[in-house]
Amino acid sequence: MTQEKILVIGGGIAGLQAAAALRDEGFEPLIIEKESSTGGHVSRWDRLFPTQKQAREVIEELTAATAGIESVTDREIVSLTPEADRVTATTTTGERFTGRAAVVATGFDLFDARLKEEYGYGLYENVITSAELEAMFRAGRVTMKNGDTPKRVAILHCVGSRDEKVGQNHCSKVCCITGIKQAIELTEAIPGVQVMNFYMDLRAFGNGYEELYRRSQIENGVTYIRGRISEAGETHEKRIQLKVEDTLVGRPLRLTVDLLVLLVGMRAPQCCGSFGLPTQANGFFAPRDPYTGNVQSTVPGIYLAGTATGPKTIGETVNEAVAVARRIRMDLGK
Amino acid sequence: MDFGFTINAPRAIYLDKIDPTLRDRIIARERTTLLCIGCGSCTATCTAGQFTPFSLRKVQHLIRRGEYAAAKEAVQNCMMCGKCRMTCPRGVNTRAVVHTLLQEL
Amino acid sequence: MKYRYANWQEYSKEIADDHYYYARSCIRQNFFPGSEKAFLDILRNDLGMDIVEDPRHTTCTGIGYHSDVVPLDTTMAIVARQFSLMTECGYENYVASCITSFGIYSEVLDMWHHFPELEEKARENLFKATGREFRKPKILVHTSDLMFHVRNKIAEKSVRRLVNVTTGEPLKVVDHIGCHYAKVFPKKGIGGAEFPYVLAGMVEAWGGQSVDYPERRHCCGFGFRNYLVQANRGYSVANSQKKLESMAPYNPDFIVANCPGCAMFLDRWQFTLNAMTGSHYAIPVLTYEEMAGLVLGIDPWDLGLQMHQVPVEPLLDKLGVEYDPSAKYLGKNGKFIGRPLTPADYTSARL
Repeated sequence: MTQEKILVIGGGIAGLQAAAALRDEGFEPLIIEKESSTGGHVSRWDRLFPTQKQAREVIEELTAATAGIESVTDREIVSLTPEADRVTATTTTGERFTGRAAVVATGFDLFDARLKEEYGYGLYENVITSAELEAMFRAGRVTMKNGDTPKRVAILHCVGSRDEKVGQNHCSKVCCITGIKQAIELTEAIPGVQVMNFYMDLRAFGNGYEELYRRSQIENGVTYIRGRISEAGETHEKRIQLKVEDTLVGRPLRLTVDLLVLLVGMRAPQCCGSFGLPTQANGFFAPRDPYTGNVQSTVPGIYLAGTATGPKTIGETVNEAVAVARRIRMDLGK
Repeated sequence: MDFGFTINAPRAIYLDKIDPTLRDRIIARERTTLLCIGCGSCTATCTAGQFTPFSLRKVQHLIRRGEYAAAKEAVQNCMMCGKCRMTCPRGVNTRAVVHTLLQEL
Repeated sequence: MKYRYANWQEYSKEIADDHYYYARSCIRQNFFPGSEKAFLDILRNDLGMDIVEDPRHTTCTGIGYHSDVVPLDTTMAIVARQFSLMTECGYENYVASCITSFGIYSEVLDMWHHFPELEEKARENLFKATGREFRKPKILVHTSDLMFHVRNKIAEKSVRRLVNVTTGEPLKVVDHIGCHYAKVFPKKGIGGAEFPYVLAGMVEAWGGQSVDYPERRHCCGFGFRNYLVQANRGYSVANSQKKLESMAPYNPDFIVANCPGCAMFLDRWQFTLNAMTGSHYAIPVLTYEEMAGLVLGIDPWDLGLQMHQVPVEPLLDKLGVEYDPSAKYLGKNGKFIGRPLTPADYTSARL
């Protein structure tokens, strides 16, 4: 088998799994990561839906699978130049990497919750994102800013998803089940806490998700209220006053919570606009086709894997990363 | 002082001020009420619901929001036929919910 | 497409430094005319700015428009006439003293932008009726925008800060922004609609502490149709009550509003609520010009503070403002102008 170099842009779970699979296919992958270490968003998470497996275990497994594979960090790719038999990637500092092909595994950005001004994120100290709640779970202590234990927590779904007001018409897919998971974990972390999830539609689509939703209701007593919070205000005690309609009762609700968790969605990162590849309406890279060409771009030599093409779960991402290696092998021949 | 108008009461349910005692007692007695996802199967099939505004879905939600008076009035319309329990996709024991409501409210 | 900004500080607008055509507010010139006078005095005399006004200008139709008695075509023709006066005066920057007017002008300009045939029709109607022509303003701002723009110059000339002279603590100020200032076009409001900075910026520049209370963004309860019809006033007063309840825990020293209706209703409804419910609200309500005037050392009765129903004397004492209590209800000619009753004195017989 030939030892052809394949660039893997992005060292999150898609990039790691793609690199491991590419090596199995006989290629010589090079992982190019923009941050100082690989692992991406998953490495910052605590536990994962739907089984509450430790995120750490996934990272450890993929890191072990990529042992010995060359990787460079602190390199952010800003452009891709495809030629007849090679692809060149250029970093912000002008450094170039060339390979026979490239896998774009650049993932997603978390939605910047400040754009939903009405929730006061960044201004009100007890409004946090789902990512920050994970950090608290990892630290083993969920508190309000002043260190007090929250007695009532609201989790708001669809922050930066299904919202044309912030240019995000798409569904971020994983937030509903993340909200369910985090609600369960809150009740486990803080005995007696009251957790309320505010949703527009609850999209518990995956294996085990509906079961987790059910469990959160009957075992953990999580309250689900259909209605999108329209406004948050900080009270004199630094708690958060919410306005929302309970659309199933048909009445507006007013309530105060100790902590408001914003389930931030996935946003297309800047590179989606700078790589010269076609994108979809949601801003993410467009696959060649959404049926049989999910891991190919429209440009020969450039491949796609994971959330570079839109919101996905870890399982779907890892599957695509395996598939992309096989696809490249099929395209380039044995 | 009468100025010829009154101060409109807010329509919003103020969850900070509701008394959760009754709600919690009902949930403790019939926990499957928590499983309701508001699909409306119960109301659609309900005989009483065809002729009165009775909706078990709505009653269950009203209880959760502390609106006991409205729930109490509505639940009197139930004729206990049990059809709702046959349709509920979530396994809410609707008959038991109604029994509990009739006793507790 | 960028719909919003990540930070309220990114919401700013172009405000010309000088040379404005000024349009008055129906409510302000009737209920607290001192504010409009103070605006002109401060900008012209203290800051040497060029502000012109034309006595021929009329209402913008806002009150009639929002209470469904003036059709849109009429509103556009009248707005066109206002602009023609500005054009005739040789100005291209328009400053409106009223939030409703600011909303009306912004809305009409936006409609003309998207539907040029409406602008043509308005030009035609205006010409047929009056023989007038006009240019659209290059800059359209509200008077609070302009006051915000010169806030640091005012601070330089100030004789006092918004500080409690007894305790040395900054005064706690709650602001209320008129709905038609930034909710109609968020990008036309300093700080946007959720974290408006136009008044808070003045409060901070003049030494006070701005308080962000939970119902800060809620309507004051004005809403033309809600007070014009007596039976609807319960809705109006309920909204004011909601706001007052929300700000009460902060013990604010005063409310500052940039909308004529808000300044009036947040003030008058305190009396009404006290009379109806036995509450004891007494939070002075100022306009931003009155706030500026106090900072600049203008006599409170020249500013027209006696026109507010909630007594302002406790606030004046905190600020260390000297005033003549006996002159409060004397007009410029020295004659008694009448005084508001206290709720206790208020009976049906006197209605």
